[in-house]
Amino acid sequence: MKTPILDSEGIRKSIVRIAHEIIERGRGPEQLCVIGIRTRGDFLARRLAQALREMTGRDVPVGVLDITLYRDDLGRMEASPAVHATEIPFDVTGRRLIVVDDVLFTGRTVRAAMDALTDLGRPESVELAVLVDRGHRELPIKPDYVGKNLPTSKEDQVQVHLVETDGLDEVVIGERVA
Amino acid sequence: MTRWTRKDLLGLEDLTREELELLLEQAEAFKEVSLRPIKKVPALRGRTVALCFLEPSTRTRASFELAAKRLSADILSFQGSSSSIAKGESVLDTARNIEAMRVDVLVLRHSTSGAAAQVARGVRCSVVNAGDGSHEHPTQGLVDLYTIREKKGRIEGLNVLIVGDILHSRVARSDFWGLTKLGAKVTLCGPPTLVPPAMELLGARISYRLEEVLPQADVVITLRLQLERQQEKYIPSFREYARAYGLDRAKLEKAKPDLIVMHPGPVNRGVELSPEVADGPQSVILDQVTNGIAVRMAALYLVAGAHPRHASEVPEPNPEVAG
Repeated sequence: MKTPILDSEGIRKSIVRIAHEIIERGRGPEQLCVIGIRTRGDFLARRLAQALREMTGRDVPVGVLDITLYRDDLGRMEASPAVHATEIPFDVTGRRLIVVDDVLFTGRTVRAAMDALTDLGRPESVELAVLVDRGHRELPIKPDYVGKNLPTSKEDQVQVHLVETDGLDEVVIGERVA
Repeated sequence: MTRWTRKDLLGLEDLTREELELLLEQAEAFKEVSLRPIKKVPALRGRTVALCFLEPSTRTRASFELAAKRLSADILSFQGSSSSIAKGESVLDTARNIEAMRVDVLVLRHSTSGAAAQVARGVRCSVVNAGDGSHEHPTQGLVDLYTIREKKGRIEGLNVLIVGDILHSRVARSDFWGLTKLGAKVTLCGPPTLVPPAMELLGARISYRLEEVLPQADVVITLRLQLERQQEKYIPSFREYARAYGLDRAKLEKAKPDLIVMHPGPVNRGVELSPEVADGPQSVILDQVTNGIAVRMAALYLVAGAHPRHASEVPEPNPEVAG
């Protein structure tokens, strides 16, 4: 059984609202950059950057981060997971970075992303934006911008589908099939 | 997507097309790491890579060492002259002793064909063949595949010409297997004493006249002529070899304008390549060296992942292998 959480309009509104909050909180958009965590965070980051461009009238650079090499479970898996390229076409040093991911769960991906970003330079600040926060953190990590807070059980599966990867925009929750 | 499940990387002959493509794709992702200000990722943090080079090597050893360092592995280095092999220990015994120090990946260069495979059967850690006799040099083969794909955009359907001492060349064998599996047409060219005719049975085209096959080539891989081959009477003289098989500007005039020229190094200038070709616009020799690090990072990352950390923590003698 799958329960719908957000439809395409809900996702769009969440991104616009997050963009507004980012602008309200900052001291000006000059140093603003958006970095998406592969795979779906990448596409959400592009949408967020587009919304920020429309609101500020400025270019907002977008990058994509692959955190595979920074995972804390690499030595514990059966096979090395596929690595994809990190493509950040600007120097992160001195920038105000917004890191974007689809679902915030244990926080381990965000921990890996912070380590990866630190290796690329010294940003002025790093903020976290997620489409869905489903709770159950295993590390002391808290998002700055949330599209939807979603209480879940640990066994639930939260699936974010995006047009770019799945052909449609939706967030659904389903129980893991045992 | 294909998953890498092999403990070892011993040769390209064993690999499927999908595995070759996976290695090339992963190398592509690793290339970006070497362009960063901090050229290091923590993927192999806490793992140990032993570099066991029992035959002289500068660039392959340096390339593996940098690759392992950029993956944050710890490195243990053995070289032929100073090792216990010089005291008469067998290579398998050496490998087992290295493994007993809880090494995760053993990179082995050895003058005997089949040495890496023999060691891989006798140890639980991963083994990467860095050249075994005249058998294979899989990471150099992958470097060549990667560089061709980077420069030409594809491998399928290309005419690749390998020129020189095919008989003794492990690079030629790895190139041949990799290129053939990915759909290129391979021509082997050199003096009759240095081109094994049996390669024709495996699907290679064979030629003894460079000027006949050079005009069709999209890629030419020139091989290093070992200096001792003249004393062994494989060739009459270096000058004669250079006249027939050395690539110079005059010969290149009859080749395709977008031909790329490769060489695994080190180059004998004036023998297999004239200096103006080795340093010319069609030469991608230094790109091969740069790409070597990304390719070896991918190889180390994949074999280490197929060998979970706990395997090295539980030593267990392998009774099937006679010491």
